[in-house]
Amino acid sequence: MPGRVPLWKKMSYLAPSVLLLLVFFAVPVVLSVYFSFTNMALTGSDAGSLAFRGLENYRRMFSDLVIKSAVINTLVFVVGSIVGQTLLGFSFAYLMRSCTRWVRKLVGGVIMLGWVMPEMVAAYCMSSLFHDSGTLNLILEALGIEKVSWLYAWPMGAVIVANIWRGTAFSMVAYQAALDDVPAEIEESSQLDGAGVFRRIYYIILPTIKGTIMTNTMLITLMTLGSFGLIWIMTGGGPGGKTQTLPILMYIKAFKNSQLGYGVAISILSLVIGVVFGVIYVKAAGREE
Amino acid sequence: MRKRRVIRRVLDGGLLLMACLWMLPMVWLFLASVDSKANVFTKLPEGITMENYVKVLSSHRNQMSFFNSLLLAAGVAVLVVICAGVAGYALSRYEMKYKRSFLMSILFLSTLPGTVLIVPAYRMLVAIKLNDSLFGIILFMAASTLPYSLWMMKNFIDGIPLWLEEAARVDGAGSWQCLIHIVAPLMVPGVFCVVIQAFIGAWGNFMVPFILLTSTEKYPAAVTMYQYTGQWDISYGELTAFSILYGVPVLVLYVIGQNFMSKGFRMSGAGKG
Repeated sequence: MPGRVPLWKKMSYLAPSVLLLLVFFAVPVVLSVYFSFTNMALTGSDAGSLAFRGLENYRRMFSDLVIKSAVINTLVFVVGSIVGQTLLGFSFAYLMRSCTRWVRKLVGGVIMLGWVMPEMVAAYCMSSLFHDSGTLNLILEALGIEKVSWLYAWPMGAVIVANIWRGTAFSMVAYQAALDDVPAEIEESSQLDGAGVFRRIYYIILPTIKGTIMTNTMLITLMTLGSFGLIWIMTGGGPGGKTQTLPILMYIKAFKNSQLGYGVAISILSLVIGVVFGVIYVKAAGREE
Repeated sequence: MRKRRVIRRVLDGGLLLMACLWMLPMVWLFLASVDSKANVFTKLPEGITMENYVKVLSSHRNQMSFFNSLLLAAGVAVLVVICAGVAGYALSRYEMKYKRSFLMSILFLSTLPGTVLIVPAYRMLVAIKLNDSLFGIILFMAASTLPYSLWMMKNFIDGIPLWLEEAARVDGAGSWQCLIHIVAPLMVPGVFCVVIQAFIGAWGNFMVPFILLTSTEKYPAAVTMYQYTGQWDISYGELTAFSILYGVPVLVLYVIGQNFMSKGFRMSGAGKG
């Protein structure tokens, strides 16, 4: 450690970050908890008078059927994305280890495109893909299969696929790094002993990369819980609220219906769901230790 | 061994097929952008044209929006890398009383979804008269990017050997000199990684400017793009040309920083206090 450094000096290094985080991060967090107990509104009779309303927003939330369906939609969206991204991301990472070099580079690059591309561009690409006369239906037609109105018949499926398409690269890169740490000798010797691909994955690879699976799943959960633009562009939460997740509902309540207080309460709910997921992951990881 | 080669061929073929499927959503983007009569559905262009690109680039509104995006993304990236670099150095090198709890609360902050912050941030920016201002948004977005960047930066600096600095200090260099002459050059990959990540994040962010900005002339590209679909007669040719022009800068940045990015993704050693 470099000698004795005076406290003020250490603090001056931290000051810019702490200041920024306090003012633009910590204060909004505290405010959002406070606002969720108020009748804060943008317009209407409540706009002029900010009043403390206790648990009213939360009480309202528990009897609101729209919230209930939004919570279910959010869970379906999050779990679907986790499963899809993890399976695809891991499969790509695993298979790419033993393919030809240029194939690995090319395929990796193509999958990365979905992740690097701005959310809006991806959202428009996906809207067109699932459009009634979009690329997907063109292919179905060519194969002699009847067209499907994806965004009406399977809106949730469509946005989940869109989200998986975007996020797989994130999981793939994480698993590629993790697979590098799997000791090659153990894998090879088990192969010689006659263990098949799935047994090798289950008994040797999964235990080694458990930490990565945990972190990656948690990060996907957080990213997906806050996902707004993709769904907003593709379906706007419709049809009939079928893809209305909590962030979409928060936006509609807070900024379209001008009920900021209620909107914040909804966003707190999504925070609580994030915490619940986190606890589940930590518990799941701890149980096996 | 022949069996092995066959397996490899099959694997290559399968992966290439997956890559083709992966490209499907983008087919429309490229076809429509050069189509003079583009539509929301996929079709071969009726006469290839560059007109869409010319129209997008010559519109003053679009030029402004690209400039705004650049300002926003560069502002966030610079602010984040300065704050995270300096703080990351101190957190990596100095003994501090509450270091662990500080790092843990930073980690906790980085897990909060952006939707939780947006309403209070909106009220706060109104209160401090920074609403509808790019500067206000830069501060807000920098703050929400910072926790993650700070962790990344600290991990990068942890990886730089301490003896280099000690040697310099023996030669009489101060801690600022150390930071600038010894640590900074070694931090280039880490800095790149943080900058690129912050830039791409801010460049692609739709929700924050969409909710926090009200004047059209301040809109970044992400929000201007959304305006296209609000029109009565959507010009899909221009929308797709706009998308490609808007997407290219981040692709270029990504390719430049690819080597650094993969290191950042690993975040190895993130568990160390």
